[in-house]
Amino acid sequence: MTDIAQALARIVGDAYVSNRPEEAYFYARDPGLMPSHPPDYVVVPKSVEEIQDIVRLAHQEKIPIVPMGAGLALTGLVIPLKGGIVMDMKRMNRILEVNEKGRYAVVEGGTSQGLLRSHLEKHFPRLRHSIPDSPATATIAANVMIHGQGRLTQQYGFNSDMICGLEVVLASGEVCRIGSPALSSDWFSKGAPMPDLSGLFLGWFGATGIITKIGVKLYPRKKMRDVEIFITDRQDLVPDMVYELTHTEMVEDINVFAQPKPMIFKDNHHITLFFTGDTEEELEFKRKMIWHSLDRFIKAKDGGFMGVPPVMKPTLLDMPQRSVSRFADVKKGGGFEYSGPIIMVDKYPDCAQKILELAEKYDLGYSGMARIIGRSHAMMYGFAFTFNRADEEMMERTRKALHEVSEFALETGGVFWKATVDEQKMAMDKMDPTTLGLMKMIKANMDPRGIMNPGNWEVDE
Amino acid sequence: MKYADIVHRCFRCGYCKFTGDYTDFNCPAYRKFRFETYSPGGRMWLIRAWLKDEIQNSDRFQEILFSCATCANCVEHCVFTFSEDLVNIFMAAREEMVNSGMIPPPVRDYLKNITVNGNPYKLPAAERGKWVEGLGLEPYRGQEYLFYVGCVGSYDERAQKMARSVAGLLTKAGVSMGILGEKEACDGNEVRALGEAGLFEYLARQNIDQFKALQVKKIITLDPHAFNAFKNDYPDFGADVEVYHYTQILAPLMASGPLSLKSCEQKVTFHDPCYLGRHNKEYDAPRTILKAVPGLELVEMERYGENAFCCGGGGGNFFTDILGGGEDSPARLRVREALDTGAETLAVACPQCAKMLEDAVKSEELEERLRVRDISEIITACMA
Ligand SMILES: Cc1cc2nc3c(=O)[nH]c(=O)nc-3n(C[C@H](O)[C@H](O)[C@H](O)COP(=O)(O)OP(=O)(O)OC[C@H]3O[C@@H](n4cnc5c(N)ncnc54)[C@H](O)[C@@H]3O)c2cc1C
Repeated sequence: MTDIAQALARIVGDAYVSNRPEEAYFYARDPGLMPSHPPDYVVVPKSVEEIQDIVRLAHQEKIPIVPMGAGLALTGLVIPLKGGIVMDMKRMNRILEVNEKGRYAVVEGGTSQGLLRSHLEKHFPRLRHSIPDSPATATIAANVMIHGQGRLTQQYGFNSDMICGLEVVLASGEVCRIGSPALSSDWFSKGAPMPDLSGLFLGWFGATGIITKIGVKLYPRKKMRDVEIFITDRQDLVPDMVYELTHTEMVEDINVFAQPKPMIFKDNHHITLFFTGDTEEELEFKRKMIWHSLDRFIKAKDGGFMGVPPVMKPTLLDMPQRSVSRFADVKKGGGFEYSGPIIMVDKYPDCAQKILELAEKYDLGYSGMARIIGRSHAMMYGFAFTFNRADEEMMERTRKALHEVSEFALETGGVFWKATVDEQKMAMDKMDPTTLGLMKMIKANMDPRGIMNPGNWEVDE
Repeated sequence: MKYADIVHRCFRCGYCKFTGDYTDFNCPAYRKFRFETYSPGGRMWLIRAWLKDEIQNSDRFQEILFSCATCANCVEHCVFTFSEDLVNIFMAAREEMVNSGMIPPPVRDYLKNITVNGNPYKLPAAERGKWVEGLGLEPYRGQEYLFYVGCVGSYDERAQKMARSVAGLLTKAGVSMGILGEKEACDGNEVRALGEAGLFEYLARQNIDQFKALQVKKIITLDPHAFNAFKNDYPDFGADVEVYHYTQILAPLMASGPLSLKSCEQKVTFHDPCYLGRHNKEYDAPRTILKAVPGLELVEMERYGENAFCCGGGGGNFFTDILGGGEDSPARLRVREALDTGAETLAVACPQCAKMLEDAVKSEELEERLRVRDISEIITACMA
């Protein structure tokens, strides 16, 4: 073992540090398409104190440090671009508190979406959080770190809008609380009514600090959930349809998907509407409101509600939807990646058109999926392509298609979500220079030694 | 390598390491080591890298592959169409390693002992029938069933007690059965799991020949591991026998009455053996037996049935101990989970689980609060 490995072993114990080729190979890559780069060390800490000690060591030795949840962002954000230490956070996965009446939970920085879901279901059946469709191992802190979206996003915004406090280890190794927990034992706000410092961390991909605890807002969980699908072949009308649907304020989540397979899906856009109720009456009332909101489109024969077959419902109502992950293997190749810019809903037709063009141009399997954010305030449009991991040439075609998506997104007024390093550069090039200067100032002050997930959000001179 | 055309299809989404309801990570090796490399997805990616010469066979790689308990949690929860093959893929990789001769020393010793002595304990075959002394059980000569005990039940002290208890109970229940005694040979389930396919085939053929020579039609096994090999793998080599785990014979007898039970108030939780549960989908028989005891309250652990957490003994780890040791060893985690139910008895139906969990109770210093009992031991203690 090298000196650094020994120092790390003194912090976390021999068993939880590795500089072996096996871990170096695995943690050098994520399931996406960005180039690999091996870490020098992988550590799996168990406590805030251990993280502090690791960060202090990294700070002193000027070693890069990359926090990792489940590594499922797919855009290379956990690849240690400059080597150093990958810190696998998933051993810190305790649920520390659920405040039922205050509707919040405090969880450790490596807690998975699945674990919180299961805990609430068992012990607090009237509460829920905004679950994304990423595999259940994906971590809550990382999802918030990248401004993810989940089942409640149409109602309450990004998942990062649904948090109520953070605990963060800074690049110096100090621990710091953000929001109400900075001065209270109660976790009810990430900022307001004080200056909101959460922005110093959220969206930074770990380049300014490591989240060790996070307060997650919980919401009422109704006894029943159901799903309806409105089908239309008029992509140009989707934004208007979504506008009407969001006006009802009756829908839990709105996803619009278009994909070529199975054949019955081809050429159509499926507006998938989830809604909930505590009684049959409530559920039926919402269903009617949702149906009627689209009457004019039905009358004009621009679309209609498909009767969702009962066999399809468990797949759709699953949280997270396991079927989304299956997309990776439709070509029996185990790979998919998506670029998911955040963009105005009125750009839906352009996005739907673009994905078709790219799929054809690069001969790729695709799925277009939009998740509405807020009451039609924006959407995440996922340009998802599936590829065969054993086919280098196909992987290259997929990279090219995704690059074109990035260019298109920027031209169309979108902003990259979970941006790759290349997209970060593109974004920073286009950004208002004063804003960029502010980012630079923040990064330089918060991470003076440049050790925190370096390569990400690095403002060039 | 067999399945080489599949390994690249793993997306490493991680559903494989969870329970179906996401209560907890449920892959025993991942739960202990906590590096992604020790999870099913990690193994898939590393096997691929190894086949592509991007990593080499090393002691670490061997530990990663041989710490898999073949518990089939990944098979149960992987979302892809190749899920059924996950454990087979890991076994195929082990087979390659065995063929290359680069395997962990305890695996090598285990396989050598089976080859040389016919059992992992380096004990003479003459001692195989010792467990039965004083029970009055007859050698097999055409009784309805052959009672197959296996290496663990024959030689391990804790498991011998279980074998005696099961045999005694079945006899009391009027089941007509005989044993092979010193003629019994290793079933080979762990040999196969450890990747020695040739030796497994040899053992299977040897056993099948013996079953045929003795005209065995029906077998009751003590050990779910043997049950699995006989039921699922032996037919490939021409076996034609009906195979039952002992709980499957006892369960219907509980209702029909040959065993009369007294009231026996106690709180019991049941640990599903992987080779009875996930591998063979038998979750009901053990529970039917326990529920038949008047006054016995059966409580489930957080993870049970298809989500049960393995004791860490599967896939040869019972013998090689690659997965054992330390506070986060699967067996110790499991007894803590059992304790959380408030049960005073942890019921088992597998001699390997019995030993693993009993040792874990001792390591956790829980002897005063939790006892490990085979189902037959519980029933015997509750007989009127
Ligand atoms: C099939 C599939 C479906 C998906 N669906 C959705 C969806 O519906 N909604 C959605 O939002 N996303 C979705 N995603 C994208 C992604 O998986 C999720 O956003 C997921 O939550 C990321 O979590 P992770 O733990 O895998 O993050 P990682 O990839 O491990 O990390 C992401 C970033 O966070 C940083 N980070 C990790 N932990 C910490 C920490 N404790 N402190 C500081 N920084 C940290 C990392 O360094 C990295 O920069 C999907 C992905 C897949 C594969």
